Amino acid sequence: MSDALLAADLLAAAPARLGGMWLRGPSAERDAVLAFLAEEFADRPVRRLPVHIDEERLCGGIDVASSLSAGRRIEQAGLLEEVAGGLLVVPMAERMSGMVAGRIAQAMDAGAGFALVLIDDGGEEEVPPVSLTERVAFWCDFSTNPAVIAPESDLSRIPEGLGNTGGGCTVAAQDRQTLANITLALGIDSARAMLFAQSALSLSAQIDERDSITDDDIQFVARTVLGPRATRIPQQAEEPPPPPPPEGEEEPPPGDNDGEDEQHDPDQLDDLILAAVLASIPKDVLARIGEGRSARRATGAGGAGRKRASQMRGRPLGARPGLPRGGARLALIDTLRTAVPWQEIRRQQEGMDAPRRLRIRKGDLRIRRFEERAEALTIFAVDASGSSALARLAEAKGAVELMLAQSYVKRAQVALIAFRGTSAELLLPPTRSLTRAKKVLGELPGGGGTPLALGLSAAAELAETQAARGRTPFVAVLTDGKGNIDRNGQPGRAQAGEDALAAARRFAQSGTQAVVIDISARPQPEAAAIAAAMRARYLALPRADARGVERAVSALQFGKAS
Amino acid sequence: MPFPFSAIVGQDEMKRALLISAVDPRIGGVMVFGDRGTGKSTAARALSALLPPMQAIAGCRYNCAPEEADRCPDKCAEKKGVKTAKVPVPFVDLPLGATEDRVLGALDLERALGRGEKAFEPGLLARAHRGYLYIDEINLLEDHLVDLLLDVAASGENLVEREGLSVRHPARFVLIGSGNPEEGELRPQLLDRFGLSVEVKTPQDLEQRIEIMRRCDALERDGAAFAADWAEADAKIVKRLAKGKKALPNVAMPESTLTDAATLCMAVGADGLRGELTLMRAARAFAALEGAKSAERKHLRAVAPMALRHRLRRDVLDETGSTVRIDRALTELFG
Repeated sequence: MSDALLAADLLAAAPARLGGMWLRGPSAERDAVLAFLAEEFADRPVRRLPVHIDEERLCGGIDVASSLSAGRRIEQAGLLEEVAGGLLVVPMAERMSGMVAGRIAQAMDAGAGFALVLIDDGGEEEVPPVSLTERVAFWCDFSTNPAVIAPESDLSRIPEGLGNTGGGCTVAAQDRQTLANITLALGIDSARAMLFAQSALSLSAQIDERDSITDDDIQFVARTVLGPRATRIPQQAEEPPPPPPPEGEEEPPPGDNDGEDEQHDPDQLDDLILAAVLASIPKDVLARIGEGRSARRATGAGGAGRKRASQMRGRPLGARPGLPRGGARLALIDTLRTAVPWQEIRRQQEGMDAPRRLRIRKGDLRIRRFEERAEALTIFAVDASGSSALARLAEAKGAVELMLAQSYVKRAQVALIAFRGTSAELLLPPTRSLTRAKKVLGELPGGGGTPLALGLSAAAELAETQAARGRTPFVAVLTDGKGNIDRNGQPGRAQAGEDALAAARRFAQSGTQAVVIDISARPQPEAAAIAAAMRARYLALPRADARGVERAVSALQFGKAS
Repeated sequence: MPFPFSAIVGQDEMKRALLISAVDPRIGGVMVFGDRGTGKSTAARALSALLPPMQAIAGCRYNCAPEEADRCPDKCAEKKGVKTAKVPVPFVDLPLGATEDRVLGALDLERALGRGEKAFEPGLLARAHRGYLYIDEINLLEDHLVDLLLDVAASGENLVEREGLSVRHPARFVLIGSGNPEEGELRPQLLDRFGLSVEVKTPQDLEQRIEIMRRCDALERDGAAFAADWAEADAKIVKRLAKGKKALPNVAMPESTLTDAATLCMAVGADGLRGELTLMRAARAFAALEGAKSAERKHLRAVAPMALRHRLRRDVLDETGSTVRIDRALTELFG
């Protein structure tokens, strides 16, 4: 029987203790797990949660439109109340807003006792809100290891409810020691993960009607609960897991950021368990570990971005006609103001003996609008090739840190792409965190050829995906404009120059605001040509330092120097 | 039921900071930096269960104290036969993505629709009055909400002027925030509002991790027995708190301690006077908690990192963490 199905079985037995599951990537097995859960929860409430649910529907409240037409208060129950003790399935969880995630997390902490199933088809960078993945025990990634689905599913069932009251087989002291060892070796910081592992361990023994825990149980828990949460690869004496390093580049050091973590002796861990853990660590975890943590989508409205009209929050704008639905709030005063002049006429239409009451028609309803500002994002694309690489990168790094230090004023995020050798690499995904930036930018590689075309394409791609999420990107390219690696990673100045111009023209089509900063000692025409093709500004800043770059970019992006 | 405060494994600094803020609420709240799942909210909730109940007008939606009933928007002072009652100290959770309406309070739609009355429905700030307002992931909170909270925390009252309503009510609460600085920085203005700050990590030590699992397992298997096991230890803390609160006004503040505080603040470059003030208050509250007659250097040392950690001028290009800088200064100055 597959891990995911066993996990689903345990979850059905003790939803309150295990929180739920996170199912990543489409697969036949995922469908099987969902079907199985639907069957298990057949006699309990089951709800699907659309990602863009509004707060009233989620938490309950007054149904304004029906209350108005009925003339009395009509309540609607919140979805989170309805699903208590049942199963809450969230498709497209990676697109969930912070408001919805926050409410669900709160309900789980308050002991609503439902099983949360996060279905996620996101790409590398898109994950469901961390506040929720943190609160579900099992992380099953079908996109990296599409498991073969076992046809048999004679799952025994724990009598429902027993699991929630702390039933399950007794966890012996040595099993606890093993779990603590694994969490330390994998660098898992959250105590929740450890406690989930403990609950899953005792339940998985009980489901087989055993009264002691075996290595199989521990391996299952290591694969489904602990392995996927690893932030560190345990040192293994025999065979270190071979990371696939991109060509011509050292792999990043594992994220041991604080010297106080002593390396735990792996010999304390059973080799079999360690093997199970290693097998369950996602392929991309090394890359992720290199850059700190998996990227999270930032929530919160930003600053100097384009303005978006919002119906929920922000600076109040005027009211406009509309129905109070989908999160829009009724602007009562404006509604009454619209309705008042018509009262007498409406009463006469109904006849002179009509009762004296307020007559509000649908057309009178006004809703409130707020102005929400999209978040600004500055993308640095830095040429890290050749001899000037180190200086240029150091200045770009300094500029990034200065911008982040200012970011609480400007409410802007910063990202950094470095291109060198034969590839362009996103070193720092969009972030507002100075702490994180410092960690990532500590070790910057430099040297090699100049794949300018690749760098521009990477910047354009990042800018477009971020614009699709409602941010306003601004790209700053630091280069001398002399590409010598074409877009296929082949050396050759002529071809590389053409590719770079083509990439620049494609960039222009995306309409992203940009600047090309030439920081070579004697500015060259090539960089100006690239800037023209990108429809970007061109700045020659010989001998620019971090502060100069930061000031120039801020001035162009925000219209004034900091 | 909350996890017993005394049963929380490790996290001594966070527990100390929370107790100090309970002894002297004027210190102005605690900011907890740390990853998810390190017991931040567990500790905050456990603390609220330890506080002795407070006197309030029965049924008042603003938790108004008997002595401030004349300022209550519900006109508690003018009602006939008003009773005071002992109510638990409120602990309000502000969820991420809360709207302004929920925080400030808004027009009471039910009464507006049903009876055509323009009435105010109090929000979370009114519920948190005289208690705790806990904000998880405060670094991801939206700017306009942050501004609003700063304003209320500074003035101690919530002033609502919207939707044709004009309401003001007292809103004094201890702010407890938590967040992970790697996911977004906090604005200095907001950080400065917090009296104390602590950094938490899950214990990196095998024994403590095993102990965490053991205790949570015991709680799941038999919650009542677990609570009974820890009731005595919790009762001791309640006693300590009550004693500390009572002793606080009489704790002396010798000249030498004041000098120490000023020297330390100058040495680490803590901005503004608020640092010194908080350092003094925290040292006094800690001395009261310890049952000491006067605040001495050792009390100052114990609270210096939490009172100053978040107030140091940040040099972008300096890599040393603030905790390290404070420890270094303490060693240099006081040996």
